[in-house]
Amino acid sequence: MKLLSQLDIGEKGIVKVVNGEGVVRRRLFDMGITPGAEIYLRKKAPLGDPIEITLRGYELTLRKAEASHVEMV
Amino acid sequence: MLKFALVGNPNSGKTTLFNALTGSTAHVGNWPGVTVDKRIGTYKKSDDPVDIVDLPGIYSLSPYTPEEVIARNFILNERPDCVINIVDVTNLERNLYLTTQLMELDVPMVVALNMTDVLDKRGDRIDVKALEKRIGLPVVEISALKGNNVDTLMSRAIEAIKTPRAAVSVLKESALGSAISNAEIALKLKEVEAPLFHAVKLVEKDTIEVETHPAEARAAEAFIKENLINDQFNGDTEAAIADARYKYITQHFSSTLTRARKQSYDELSKSDKADKVLTHKWAGIPIFLVIMFAIFHLTFSENFLYLGSIIPSFGEWCGVEGSAAKGVFFAGGLNSPGVILFNALDLLTSSIGGWIGAGLEGLGVNPVLISLLIDGAWGGIASVLSFLPQILVLFLFFSILEDTGYMARVAFMLDRIFRRFGVSGRAFMPMIMGFGCSVPAMINTRTMADEKERQATVRVIPFFSCGAKMPILLAIAGAIATMVDGLNADLITYGMYLLGIVVALVSLLVMRNTTQRGEASPFIMELPTYHIPGFKNLMLHLWDKAKHFIQKAFTIILVSCIAIWFLSNFGWSWNYVGEEGMDQSILASIGRLIQPIFTPLGFGSQLNENGWVFAVAAVLGLIAKEDVIAAFGALAACLGGTLLGGMEEGVEEVAVMVAATGIDVPALISFIAFNMLTVPCFAAVATARGEIGKEKFKWTLLFWIVVSYLVSSIVYTVGIAVWSIAIWAAVAVLTTVGIVAYNKAMDKKENEKRLLNERK
Repeated sequence: MKLLSQLDIGEKGIVKVVNGEGVVRRRLFDMGITPGAEIYLRKKAPLGDPIEITLRGYELTLRKAEASHVEMV
Repeated sequence: MLKFALVGNPNSGKTTLFNALTGSTAHVGNWPGVTVDKRIGTYKKSDDPVDIVDLPGIYSLSPYTPEEVIARNFILNERPDCVINIVDVTNLERNLYLTTQLMELDVPMVVALNMTDVLDKRGDRIDVKALEKRIGLPVVEISALKGNNVDTLMSRAIEAIKTPRAAVSVLKESALGSAISNAEIALKLKEVEAPLFHAVKLVEKDTIEVETHPAEARAAEAFIKENLINDQFNGDTEAAIADARYKYITQHFSSTLTRARKQSYDELSKSDKADKVLTHKWAGIPIFLVIMFAIFHLTFSENFLYLGSIIPSFGEWCGVEGSAAKGVFFAGGLNSPGVILFNALDLLTSSIGGWIGAGLEGLGVNPVLISLLIDGAWGGIASVLSFLPQILVLFLFFSILEDTGYMARVAFMLDRIFRRFGVSGRAFMPMIMGFGCSVPAMINTRTMADEKERQATVRVIPFFSCGAKMPILLAIAGAIATMVDGLNADLITYGMYLLGIVVALVSLLVMRNTTQRGEASPFIMELPTYHIPGFKNLMLHLWDKAKHFIQKAFTIILVSCIAIWFLSNFGWSWNYVGEEGMDQSILASIGRLIQPIFTPLGFGSQLNENGWVFAVAAVLGLIAKEDVIAAFGALAACLGGTLLGGMEEGVEEVAVMVAATGIDVPALISFIAFNMLTVPCFAAVATARGEIGKEKFKWTLLFWIVVSYLVSSIVYTVGIAVWSIAIWAAVAVLTTVGIVAYNKAMDKKENEKRLLNERK
């Protein structure tokens, strides 16, 4: 099992499950991180966290803590 | 009048469209009870004018963020005649996600496909006819920035409201379709308006909906438990619904977009290339620091590009020595654009004051009345208005950084640091704006998601010493430098700025562990594509700010200036004492009364009989921080001190005050600290009250008073007995660490309790 927070720069993957609860989870869904979505890890912030991902044709940033709710295929 | 609402994702060009539709009629109003701007403008090109309401940008109609709740309540309760859903076509899927939710309301609706010009440039094409057919709504291609097709959009909208629209849901075909239909029937029986929308929300277990319709919610849950528990989402309807929406969008809508080339992740767009440098692993943060320095340099520096230091005789070299231009453009070196504008306006306002004064004198008007009009009213307004250019210049730079998309990157880069203090990277932007002016900075906190985090940020913004506090700092630091050999005025200035930042960060840490408890809010943010900001929009932005500021100057500040004038020119028996008799004025006696309060801070009763001026100046600062130095100017003359030559404006007055009152250096530094940290000016206080809300505002005032009092007395005691710094530092560190540790322990306890309860 690999988490979104564990992807390396330049790596891509498909979302399997989104865990977590409440606001964070809903926010992840609303931004398009749903099962089946393809995600590409574009870069990490200068201090290593948050991360920047490309999905559904746009750029999104989120912290590793939030990304660790997302399980990848 | 017809009322149309603009709804769309943040950054989809909603406000640009709003301005294109309403032109210069835009005005800012406040939502009742909620601290988010609602903008209303009028579209006048149709037969009947139409009110256009600009709602906050949202990604979804979930109940989690204040913006979403506002937009949702507006559409449900105020029932606009039509919803104009603006969709950024370069980001089609995520934008249509909101569209699929809006479709579930039975309000007439049109879709405005924005940024089609960007699409054209890329060589991509969208089949509007096909999209229109599949979505079942009128779809109009527009470019809000260029104003293309916006009139067609409006005529399609006016056409659309003639026929009622039935609510539809893309979820009806999904596994949850039957659950939604059942809930819809139940709600219809209850004669609920917009039953389909509420039905979807009930199935989704939306907190607001479940509270309003508890019986139907239970029925829906029972139905789902019975029929759908075994699908891949295990009865998690919120996930199932979001998934179903996106699936439907990719299957039915995305195919209308044909890309010229297949997108590849390795292929870098212009925006990606800019980001390669601007958010570079090593260079990103240094580049940011350079940009910040450049902005403050352009706005505040009196030694532009350090020309004055490179060429020592700069003024002579330019041949302006002794001319009026010198005062405006040069002070040792060339002034920065911000300072030039400041000086020019200052020159203009003081000239106007002089002309009016001379004119009135010529007409033989009573000198007391002239003093009221010129020194009291006009002088006060002018001293505040002079700061408008610098505030606008600073605001312009920050607007540019924000509009280009760079600020989002800064939040991205610095989030890691800010999180340690309990706030997310988004808090950064308002804080840095605070160095210019607290008012726009406090308004800017609205972009923050968490309310407690936002309130804590509003409270510490005044600690980022603003432009109006700068004269206090510069004048007193300059005076101290003349009193103590080998002490550099710049060093004191920077030290005080640093003190403000440290106090702000420590306060945040303490607040987020006590009254404003909470972790840094989640940081899930879109990084918009870089683009060049539109000139017209920037100007509208600035005009909005300027108008607001001028209104304030002529209301609150005017009234307070007149009040000060009366108090400082009249005695208790309403006898006119004038400037020379100021120590007999009401203001002086009030000053003497409150003076003891400041004794622990070093500028109270230990000073001689003239010492009340510091107490008065500190209190005057509550109206406008500019008043502190302005008061010194007025009071220095009547204290009879001989003006010492060869000093800069401001510094000289402070030196006179020092000679007349016998104040010492630690007390002077404590005086700066107090003014920097205490309750900010009228305008900022009013803004904070609006942003925080009445109830919490009381505590905010108390917080400012306590922090400034405490820090200033620490500064003073350390100043008179350096060794005491060890005690203070130890107390401060231990208290802070203690609070944080205690909070961590409490958190752990609560978590354990919750887990235990859940197990039961």
